[in-house]
Amino acid sequence: MSRQLITDAKNTWCPGCGNFAIQHTLKDVLGEMEEQGRSLDDVVLVTGIGCHGKMADYLNINSFYAIHGRALPVATGIKIANPDLSVICCAGDGDAYAEGLGHMIFAAKRNIDITLIVHDNRVYGLTTGQYTPTSPLNFHGRSTPAGTVEKPFNPLELALVSGATFIARTYTRWLDHLRATLRDAIDHRGFSFVDVLQICATYYNMTKPYTARAYELEDHDPGDFDAACETMREWDYSSDAPIALGTFYRTDASTFDEKFGNGGQHEEERKEAIAALLDQRV
Amino acid sequence: MNDYSILIGGKAGEGINRAGSVIVRILSHLGYCQYMYYDYPSLIRGGHNFALVRASTHRIGTHRNAVEFLLALDQDTVDVHRWRCSDGTAVLFNANKVDAEGMGIPIDDIVEEEGGSSVMVNTCLIGAFGRAAGIPWATMEEVLTLEIPKKIETNLRIARRGYDAVEEQTPIPRQEAARHPILTGNEAIGLGLLDAGLDAYVAYPMTPSSGLLHFLAGVAGDFALKVIHPENEIAVMLMAQGAAYAGARTAVGTSGGGFCLMTEGLSMAGMTEVPVTIVMAQRGGPSTGTPTYTAQGDLHFILNAGQGEFPRFVISPGNIEQAYEWSARALNLSWKYQVPSILLEDKTLAEGAYSFDRDMTTPVGREAVARRDGGSPYRRYAATETGVSPLATVPLEGEVIKANSYHHDERGITTEDPALVAWLNEKRMRKEDAMLEEIDRLSPVTTAGDGSADTALLCWGSNIGVCAEVAGEAGLKVIQPIVLSPFPVQAFNTALENVTVLIAVEDNITGQLTRLVEGLGCCVDDAILRYDGRPFSLEELREQVREVVA
Ligand SMILES: Cc1ncc(C[n+]2csc(CCOP(=O)(O)OP(=O)(O)O)c2C)c(N)n1
Ligand code: SF4
Ligand SMILES: [Mg+2]
Repeated sequence: MSRQLITDAKNTWCPGCGNFAIQHTLKDVLGEMEEQGRSLDDVVLVTGIGCHGKMADYLNINSFYAIHGRALPVATGIKIANPDLSVICCAGDGDAYAEGLGHMIFAAKRNIDITLIVHDNRVYGLTTGQYTPTSPLNFHGRSTPAGTVEKPFNPLELALVSGATFIARTYTRWLDHLRATLRDAIDHRGFSFVDVLQICATYYNMTKPYTARAYELEDHDPGDFDAACETMREWDYSSDAPIALGTFYRTDASTFDEKFGNGGQHEEERKEAIAALLDQRV
Repeated sequence: MNDYSILIGGKAGEGINRAGSVIVRILSHLGYCQYMYYDYPSLIRGGHNFALVRASTHRIGTHRNAVEFLLALDQDTVDVHRWRCSDGTAVLFNANKVDAEGMGIPIDDIVEEEGGSSVMVNTCLIGAFGRAAGIPWATMEEVLTLEIPKKIETNLRIARRGYDAVEEQTPIPRQEAARHPILTGNEAIGLGLLDAGLDAYVAYPMTPSSGLLHFLAGVAGDFALKVIHPENEIAVMLMAQGAAYAGARTAVGTSGGGFCLMTEGLSMAGMTEVPVTIVMAQRGGPSTGTPTYTAQGDLHFILNAGQGEFPRFVISPGNIEQAYEWSARALNLSWKYQVPSILLEDKTLAEGAYSFDRDMTTPVGREAVARRDGGSPYRRYAATETGVSPLATVPLEGEVIKANSYHHDERGITTEDPALVAWLNEKRMRKEDAMLEEIDRLSPVTTAGDGSADTALLCWGSNIGVCAEVAGEAGLKVIQPIVLSPFPVQAFNTALENVTVLIAVEDNITGQLTRLVEGLGCCVDDAILRYDGRPFSLEELREQVREVVA
């Protein structure tokens, strides 16, 4: 029996917000997974704090609405405890790239089988418009009224050097692409990282420039590390360069969670093991 | 009463802790009750380390200043610890390195002649100790074989040469008593957690909690235990809650600085009601402080850590049996009430080695928690009389489980509705009543010494060992609250009945337990406070109590 995937929680995103696209795409992907036989009981969504985090309230699936920057360690704990679960993280760019950057690098390094979807609106939405690590140089945010003097970093490159085995970028106005990318990311075994260029209608509406500059990656071999690196560098999140969307890198590698089983120890067996250990210490 | 103290000292890197453990094991085989204090600076090579082993026919939990045996691998051991010696002290030393009076053994020469490596110097000295203490060679051989996994042949030859190089001086007779296993406080805590069904342990190294990480990582295979060492303590605290949300009984361990990083996550546990057990091993602070030395300076921090208001268990075991039993309880309690359980230990207990008397602990075991009420849809934060909602973890067939760090409704969906915010605050805090009732049934306050005395020592944590012994000699009572939150007022007042003079003994400068009980209206007459990083020895506390009581 398929379930109602949207809760009755009141939606409070601004009209025109790109989060709607991610929400409904994720709903469709989940529905499709369920149709194909995956029980949604085994899916868990973990979110950070920010506009993106509201996904936890709006999607009617298991969720852990965690704290700002810390979705990934919660997700990691869930996956280690039970590797049979599908664990999806929705994080903000402030969340994943500023407050919780270290966790992203380590999740990639471990290649733990988690999907990280970054709602990259390149601004702090919920705290009303400050710059983030992916805001362009000279960004006039509320904490930097004279413009930022630091360049953004490129999250795709960071993910690549850190060990992520699936790295993609997509855009909330490219719905089919968004859907195919999220599905591929979830299906990939290992750490999947998707930077979603998300429109923030209120604080950083990039619809026009994105739509003008976005193009789909073609003739690109995602198994080629060097090519991935070069392609990622075409746009540095600051310049007016063309913006490639697609899967930049994809490879198979062993995952952190695969060495953990999903069973505990029987109480009797546990008692005997404790007694044996104590005997050894006599 | 037979009671012996042995000090073995040398340079960091010479395996003094191991050597102390071997001596403990030898004396344990002779039927003695043991305690070992290990003193080491925060460095890897060169500084002076020593282990003080005390063996007694009585239950002990503290060290003495005076020693019957001084075993010196370096000159400092003789120079720094001369004051501990009396005429009868057997001084055994490495004559190749140390200038002293007593029984010199050319240890470096022996090790070289036998083709041993430099770490085997302490095997030679232990061999010499065996002879000086009149211990049969067969016992020595048996224990050395158990304790030394590598190159046992060479080690035995070297030990034997030490054994043959000296004369018997102060015989330690064999006792017809039960032999007990030897555990450090950290190990007892690890075993207690395992007893209550620990599935995962997550920690970032920090003295003096690292021993627990190393111990559990070492035995993980025997217990189907998942042990994870992530990028920092922030991740530790969050991973633990992810794991618990997915059903794994999880504990974390750290010391003060790491706990600072965990506080945001601790507060999250308060709101999400995801169970987590935290082992917090105190060392000297503030900040990096004295990493390898003891303190009890974090009680008020622990009681109040984390933004917002939420109930928590704070449990401070003081001896090895309490460490085992209360750790098991702490884990069970955190699942039963869906609150953080904090086990607050100090370096003295964490790294001290003790004889563990199995007969003095009641098995605790894994206590089952009410999984769910059967109703559908499942409501993670369902209202109940006690405030404790039926717990279920993912996956739950056909149901959705929502944990949330925001204020939320019964289903776990965010709300700022004033009535719901007030409702959730009340639900959360209401749990404290049930928690208090539960701990009142568990003897949360222990007493020792002379129960009818009108003067009592008030202590917490590892000081119970030294306080009990001093009080026993001086005819005083000792009161040790083990549970510090929620504070067991009733049991504490019962313990105080007939007490007219109360003297606090604490390892901090502000009297933290003193402040806590004074806040409850109790009057503390005097405080013996120590804040130099060293635990009280029997003689030191005896003297200070005498001054205060006089
Ligand atoms: C530790 C901490 N610091 C700061 C905040 C305040 N805060 C809430 S959301 C947020 C930033 C949100 O930006 P982003 O992660 O990009 O999410 P968005 O709202 O854009 O989706 C901040 C700084 C917080 N909740 N916790
Ligand atoms: S502030 Fe921006 S990101 Fe947040 S809801 Fe509004 S449009 Fe969406
Ligand atoms: Mg953002």
